[in-house]
Amino acid sequence: MPRSCCSILLALLVVIGESTRVLALTADELKPLAEDDFDAKSQALDHIIAAADATALRLLEAMEQENVVATSDDRVLIQKGDVLTDPIAGAPVALQASDVQPITLNNLLRARVASGLSGLKLQAPDHSVREKAINDLFLAPDPAAKPLIEAARRRETDPALKARLDQLWALTALQDPDASKRLQAVELIGQRKDPQMRSLLFPLVTKRTDGTYAETDEKVRAAATNALELMAFEQWKIEMIGTLFAGLSLGSILLLAALGLAITYGLIGVINMAHGEFLMIGAYATYVVQEFFRSHWPGTFDWYPLAAVPTSFLAAALAGFILERSVLRFLYGRPLETLLSTFGISLVLIQTVRMLFGAQNVEVSNPSWMSGGVGLMPNLILPFNRITIMVFALTVVGIAALVLNKTRLGLYIRATTQNRKMAACSGIPTWQVDSYAFAFGAGIAGLGGCALSQIGNVGPDLGQNYIIDSFMVVVLGGVGQLAGTIIGAMALGVISKVIEPFWGAVLAKIAVLVLIVLFIQKRPRGLFALKGRSVEV
Amino acid sequence: MRNAKLNGSTADTGDVTGLAHVSVSGEVDLSHGIILYLEDVSVSFDGFKALNGLSLSVDSDELRCIIGPNGAGKTTMMDVITGKTKPDTGRIFLGQTIDLQRLDEPGIAGAGIGRKFQKPTVFERHTVWENLDLAMHEDKRWFHTLRSKLTSAALARIRETLALVRLQKEAYRQAGELSHGQKQLLEIGMLLMQEPRLLLLDEPAAGMSDNETAQLVELLNHLRGKCSMMVVEHDMDFVAALSGAEGKVTVLAEGTVIAEGTLDHVKRDQRVIDSYLGR
Amino acid sequence: MAIAMVEPPPSLILPARQPILSPLSWRILISVVITVLALVPICTLLVPEQSPFHLSAYALTLVGKIMCYAIGALALDLVWGYCGILSLGHSLFFALGGYMMGMYLMRSIGLDGVYHNHLPDFMVFLDWKALPWYWHGTDHFVYAALLVILVPGLLAWIFGFFAFRSRVKGVYLSIITQALTFAAMLLFYRNETGFGGNNGFTDFKRILGFPIAAIGTRAGLFMITFATLVGGFLSCRYIVTSKLGRVITAVRDTESRLMFLGYNPLGYKLFVWTFSAVLCGIAGALYVPQVGIINPSEMSPGNSIEMAIWVAVGGRGTLIGPILGAFIVNEAKSFLTASLSDYWLFFLGAMFVIVPLWLPKGVVGVFQRLRNKQ
Repeated sequence: MPRSCCSILLALLVVIGESTRVLALTADELKPLAEDDFDAKSQALDHIIAAADATALRLLEAMEQENVVATSDDRVLIQKGDVLTDPIAGAPVALQASDVQPITLNNLLRARVASGLSGLKLQAPDHSVREKAINDLFLAPDPAAKPLIEAARRRETDPALKARLDQLWALTALQDPDASKRLQAVELIGQRKDPQMRSLLFPLVTKRTDGTYAETDEKVRAAATNALELMAFEQWKIEMIGTLFAGLSLGSILLLAALGLAITYGLIGVINMAHGEFLMIGAYATYVVQEFFRSHWPGTFDWYPLAAVPTSFLAAALAGFILERSVLRFLYGRPLETLLSTFGISLVLIQTVRMLFGAQNVEVSNPSWMSGGVGLMPNLILPFNRITIMVFALTVVGIAALVLNKTRLGLYIRATTQNRKMAACSGIPTWQVDSYAFAFGAGIAGLGGCALSQIGNVGPDLGQNYIIDSFMVVVLGGVGQLAGTIIGAMALGVISKVIEPFWGAVLAKIAVLVLIVLFIQKRPRGLFALKGRSVEV
Repeated sequence: MRNAKLNGSTADTGDVTGLAHVSVSGEVDLSHGIILYLEDVSVSFDGFKALNGLSLSVDSDELRCIIGPNGAGKTTMMDVITGKTKPDTGRIFLGQTIDLQRLDEPGIAGAGIGRKFQKPTVFERHTVWENLDLAMHEDKRWFHTLRSKLTSAALARIRETLALVRLQKEAYRQAGELSHGQKQLLEIGMLLMQEPRLLLLDEPAAGMSDNETAQLVELLNHLRGKCSMMVVEHDMDFVAALSGAEGKVTVLAEGTVIAEGTLDHVKRDQRVIDSYLGR
Repeated sequence: MAIAMVEPPPSLILPARQPILSPLSWRILISVVITVLALVPICTLLVPEQSPFHLSAYALTLVGKIMCYAIGALALDLVWGYCGILSLGHSLFFALGGYMMGMYLMRSIGLDGVYHNHLPDFMVFLDWKALPWYWHGTDHFVYAALLVILVPGLLAWIFGFFAFRSRVKGVYLSIITQALTFAAMLLFYRNETGFGGNNGFTDFKRILGFPIAAIGTRAGLFMITFATLVGGFLSCRYIVTSKLGRVITAVRDTESRLMFLGYNPLGYKLFVWTFSAVLCGIAGALYVPQVGIINPSEMSPGNSIEMAIWVAVGGRGTLIGPILGAFIVNEAKSFLTASLSDYWLFFLGAMFVIVPLWLPKGVVGVFQRLRNKQ
């Protein structure tokens, strides 16, 4: 590290030596650094940055590493180990380390040192060093570095860096006494469209307490207003993408929850109030698998979802199978009673889990590859676990579509859904089809629970929070319609998330409900209803 | 509700329609002797054209038989007339003035169209007399029924209808306990209580014994002249018995009329033989 | 013809209107009413506390509370048992009635609250300076009583209008009513809604000037509740024995036939639905002063469904059954939650399964079967 630093420094020295006006620093200019007045120190720093020569670079480097010391007669020196050097002459001086005191800097000055240093590095031959310097300066733009930035602007050849330098210059030029430069600066800032920079422009367009504008030039104000609008639009765009993502993420959970429901409702006409509890079973199955991995194979902990996915499917499918065979089978053709029975079953399941695992939430942690996220834009990070779940949901839908359309079970399910009697007459064992389809739907809900465990709390009441929403998806999408379920789920997710920032989660839920009630005025049978005589009876 | 609105405008004064006659609210205007018009009616279900430019008219007091192969659109036609299905295009009028597309199912029933379903549909958990009472032609809004009492005139009408459909002995039984044929008769009895101007009967003889079918023919003949009827049927003997030598028969196929005339006439029609009888 | 000779009319004889109750039932009902109205004041106020015939405030409140539930169950039976609309929103109407009465009770606390302020305590706690507009006038009992009827009634009418107009029925309708209830519950949990948030209303002091905890007030509330139960039962009987009653059962069984006979089911459904909601709201309004608290958990969808199980246990479509059911289930609940609280939910869940499977007509159905055997 020190070696590479040195080489950069050397290169810089060469560059700076030939590019900037030589306004050599004097010992007097450095003197305030040794004193106690911070304003004077700041001024001294101005001189150093303005000098922009090898001495300045050496001094700033040393200041950043806190290696600048002062003698009792206010001579500023650089300390390296036991050797003390004069920064201006660059030659060692005959003084002991015990004769000097380190100079003191405050945070403001340290920040200025850093930005000054970045300013000097703007002309480094190494592309990545320049880029880093620009980025650093964006975070803490220092007006003192303006001449450095201007110099770099003239010399920069890489168009991408040039553009960024322009904007960087604009930041520092906002205070320029020349109105045309300010105008140019404002326009450049506007082009960058970074909503974080709005705070820089706001002062230009706000009135002071005495009713006058801080910015005197009208053109600059107009440009600033314009730029602010651009930025607001950009901010809006980021928010929209964020909202859309959150909505689709919620939608994919709802999709997993509602898919099984749509299948079983389409097939048997049973609204299963215990469906949410299949989600819960899936989530708890994931928890159990996770605990097992943690205690037995901690080395492979990251891959526990691979085992948790099939486990949660099987656990929920088994529960569904038992439920269908032991209770629901006897209630076919009595939908309202089925509704009540399944509600009772959901109570029993919740209470069972509460007694087995406790009433508290249990903790399911993400494997390491699912934490973190991808930064799409400044201010917008899409978490990996949500992306994973969206991909997972789509995969599950794909598999479900394959099962329904390409397998014998799927054929039987579709036949029985359309015409139970005819299917039975064609030799389809409809009562077995019912059981397997129900188990399949429950299993998909189990997968939904597994997915949910990665982003939310896992507790006995988990299913209750999703059951009503998934019914709404089925209502919206139409019964037994795969495409309708997908669109319904996504629409519900996105609409909820769009409304949420304005009204809060509770009113958003109410608004969604009202929307659905209004929607079914127009399309009583959902988005993708079958038309014709057959559906009427 | 919509019915009330529709009639409201003409309620007191009557309204001049067409050239010279006055239509009276609640009355079907039969000035041209025609009770039902269907003009170029089309309905499609997901691309399948159930009705395809169907045009048809029924004279008042006529008994019209409609025949046609399966899927010809007979039931869909009834659905369209009674408001259960909305047509994609076309016009449907009861008499000269009542546009059926502007009414919902209860409104259409209130305007004077009674419908018998293919599968006998009665209130199975009500007694036979309650079924008839429910069908009775009177104010059918809720606040009326809350306070309504069975008048002796109404009772007389129920008795009369029970006799007509021969269910006197079953009056106190639950409708669900009746035989299939008795349910068919009860449903027709209910339609009579409704005092419709036009009666739509969807395969009324389906599933009936010969004896019951004969009874039905007798009943329908009894009604001839009291109201117009449109009978959809497969059973050619039954159609022959109903239409006789003079009555008009309409043949539907693929959602459109392919022949119309006396039974003998349509039987000789080549298209009818090809699409229906010949097979 | 041969058939024409079949001999005529065993003449059909029908009353102009079906009686509300049979003469025997009238006699039973009247004697029960007289007994209760006579015994309750005597056993609470005159019989000394040591006597086994003394009715304690606790017992009065417990039975009074269950009677409120029974009124709710009665209301639910009218729409579910007779009109085929399984509402999972009746806990909402119940709670709304309760909240409206609760507003009056909160206002009657006056300056006796913790903060000695004219505003209800929770508003002082939230640092509100004035009453929200919908609280105005709630210090008048008559206005509050009007709200008890209007608020659940209006909500039910609006919701019903949209739901029934678009012909939502069966399971769909149940789910949507449940969603409505759920949404309302979330709304009432918010402090900003102005109904006390999580904690709801409690610490009532007096009603119409009477101290609310006094045994005399309790007995009075008990008798009013009882009278309401009887009145509600008779008005429901009046409805189901009218021709309208026959129409709504026809709606339940074969709605399409009814429409093609010229009935518009919308008005019928709206009428019974709204009537039922109002009855349920009144039950809630009587419930709150007796139990002394109302909070959003009363609206939880679980409560609606529990209400449905009272109806199912007692026997759907019988009106008397739901009253019995409310008593049976709630007595079992207060017994079980006291001794085996963990297992109460198992018991309740089992009931949800057992009743539809083996007792489809509920307790009343069992009685009927026994009587038919004899």
